[in-house]
Amino acid sequence: MTGLLSRYAEAIYWLARYVERSENTARVLDVNETFSRDSQGGQNWASIVALYADAEDFDERYGEATAETVLRFYLLDDQHPGSILSAVRAARENARTLRPLISTEMWVNLNTFFNRMRALRDEDIAEERVARLLAWIKESCQAHTGITEGTFYRDEGWYFYEMGRAIERADQTTRLLDVKYHLLLPSVAAVGSPLDLSQWNAVLRSAAGYHAFRRIHPSGMTVARVADFLLFNRRFPRSVAACVDEVNERLTTLRSRYGLKGGSAALERLDEVRAVLDNEPVERVLAQGLHEFLDWIQLQMSDVGWLIGRDFFGYQAAEPPVLTAAQSQG
Amino acid sequence: MDGPADANLFSGYDPDGYFCELEAASRRSDYGARVRARLTSMDLERLRQRAADAERELYNFGITFTVYSQKDAIDRILPFDVIPRILTAGDWDVIERGVKQRVAALNAFLWDVYHDQKALKDGIVPAELVLGNANYRKEMQGLDVPGGTYVHINGTDLVRDGEGGFQVLEDNARTPSGVSYVVENRHLMQRAFPDLMAGVGIKPVSNYGGKLHDALIEIAPAEVPSPQVVLLSPGTYNSAYFEHIFLAREMGVPLVEGRDLEVDARDRVFMRTIDGLKRVDVIYRRINDDFLDPEVFNKDSMLGTPGLMRAYAKGNVSLANAVGTGVADDKAVYAYLPRLIGYYLSEEPILRNVETHICRESAALSYTLEHLEELVVKPVGEAGGYGITVGPRASEEELEICREQLLADPANYISQPMIRLSVCPTLTDRGIEPRHVDLRPFAVTGRSTWVLPGGLTRVALRRGSLIVNSSQGGGSKDTWVLEG
Repeated sequence: MTGLLSRYAEAIYWLARYVERSENTARVLDVNETFSRDSQGGQNWASIVALYADAEDFDERYGEATAETVLRFYLLDDQHPGSILSAVRAARENARTLRPLISTEMWVNLNTFFNRMRALRDEDIAEERVARLLAWIKESCQAHTGITEGTFYRDEGWYFYEMGRAIERADQTTRLLDVKYHLLLPSVAAVGSPLDLSQWNAVLRSAAGYHAFRRIHPSGMTVARVADFLLFNRRFPRSVAACVDEVNERLTTLRSRYGLKGGSAALERLDEVRAVLDNEPVERVLAQGLHEFLDWIQLQMSDVGWLIGRDFFGYQAAEPPVLTAAQSQG
Repeated sequence: MDGPADANLFSGYDPDGYFCELEAASRRSDYGARVRARLTSMDLERLRQRAADAERELYNFGITFTVYSQKDAIDRILPFDVIPRILTAGDWDVIERGVKQRVAALNAFLWDVYHDQKALKDGIVPAELVLGNANYRKEMQGLDVPGGTYVHINGTDLVRDGEGGFQVLEDNARTPSGVSYVVENRHLMQRAFPDLMAGVGIKPVSNYGGKLHDALIEIAPAEVPSPQVVLLSPGTYNSAYFEHIFLAREMGVPLVEGRDLEVDARDRVFMRTIDGLKRVDVIYRRINDDFLDPEVFNKDSMLGTPGLMRAYAKGNVSLANAVGTGVADDKAVYAYLPRLIGYYLSEEPILRNVETHICRESAALSYTLEHLEELVVKPVGEAGGYGITVGPRASEEELEICREQLLADPANYISQPMIRLSVCPTLTDRGIEPRHVDLRPFAVTGRSTWVLPGGLTRVALRRGSLIVNSSQGGGSKDTWVLEG
């Protein structure tokens, strides 16, 4: 018998997702900031807006996509639900709801993080300072993750936290790959050029995967190897396969340890995704379109999240998820 | 000790003839004298720095209440003053006995009101004052609550007059708040001022949650082997949400909202968990009566749970506090409490009431109108210090407005003489100055009554102000009850 309220399970799951989302948005901005210093320059910022499918909202309020406007939109814009400020606010609001369950240290850390985010001004995202700011955001999110690992009581809530984090991370890794592949579609001639390679290098670094990648591929860098690494390498904690395995493992343990009835539909879906991740060679993924494959993964993870919500949080069946205070899709 | 040997924090301090809590405690207790001596030798600038550090800590911990403006929700901390308010063991003995007596009388009165109404028939309290009261709940008539306890958590607002005598200003028998500040203020002082507390015997306050949980278990419906207690909150937008979190954590019980609960066809209460419905036995509710159950009270309430009153009436769930306690802490009924203590308990009141004129009575109205410039006039239905006219401090114009309001609706007002409220030395922009304080001790009642040593000391931070409410510029202090 479990005593965890559905509402809390939902809030924990979304707390984890929002922090993970904040960290990864910072990673995406960071990699793009690196790209934008190259010869293709200013073209790149519009790609971020396309990546998150935010064009309508962005165009209406900002018009031209420059470093300044895009950074403002994704860092400090409190009207934009996809901004890091909004995500940290949402994480902190969920943490406020969850204060009876989470450790005081988790709360103080998030509350302080949010208070500092809220105090940021336009000058803090100026070009010469933004790299440091993004590094600070990543570190703050990682501090949260570490404090959570070290202090959060390991009851049912923990499993929802871990599932939320892994689902979000899988989704975000696909977006990070997409920044490069979908949005900077290189001309055939450019593939393998120094510019192309330096961009793949930046993608790996922003996913904190460069050194791990070098350990298995001491020299050379190809699209296939980078995509293979970020999609299928189970030893790399940000790879899609590692994240999907983690969701599967947490959900299985949660069900058996607490004798829960729900979750079987989500497990079935995870099995399908894992079968693809196990058997699909990267060459075929690239041949059939990396972007389409990434899209498919995103849809599957969205469905898994929805099925978990239906079985444990009380989302109504046969309806799309309702956006509540606990969640909004970025 | 801090600062140079000749520094004296209190060299400019003058209580101006008011009863000073710190001076009194230092005269009457060795511990009190020791604390005063330590404070005296502190350096003002260091003290300011330490106070600023302490306030930042409150903000980071989110020990805040929320103020809503049209545009934004602002988290404010309750301003905290670092100089403690000190009560001697002798002071506490009077308060503790007096509060227990008062809670016993409130519970006896409520049982009577919702059963035989003897006190009304015997003319101790005017029947229309009770039965016509907006907080009287006819649904409670004839309903037996466990152990006869209606008021499980009570806050008694006390002031201290010019001679140092304690007087009751009002009772809070619905959902009194502020206890979280009592415990958190202590924790903050322990972290920030260990040098001030070392070797001083102070009664602990950290066991409040345990005592409250014990009492809630005691009032559970009979034959439940291990009762499930929950705390019912209006949610994160409530200004007291921090306190709800605090109490749920201290008790280790789920903090639920109305939407987490449901009542089944057999009138049993359940909460929605990740594995379906789980039975609930005791609810510490921090929602007012009106919003508790839309089937019975406010139809538009989104905060409560439909059917809760059905379950309550059947004895399937216990509520703390009981429904309908507002009829006992009404500002007009308050005036009759000393008589009710005699009527139910055959005792003399240990804590006096502030002399109160009930303006619904014509003699009291005439007296109030004649002495308006000496009296404090309060609307009976308002909380938070709103609508009060302090005669001796009011302008001619303000007195005239007050007079018109009194004549238009006399039953809505009481008047009391202005009390020369006691003061505490308090850190201000001008250095250490006297500021007026009150005290809200908290009493917890299951089968018996326990009083948390000390209580919430609220301090009017504005110079000369007598109004201590947080909405009116009030702050709080840690309250120390000395062991000797």
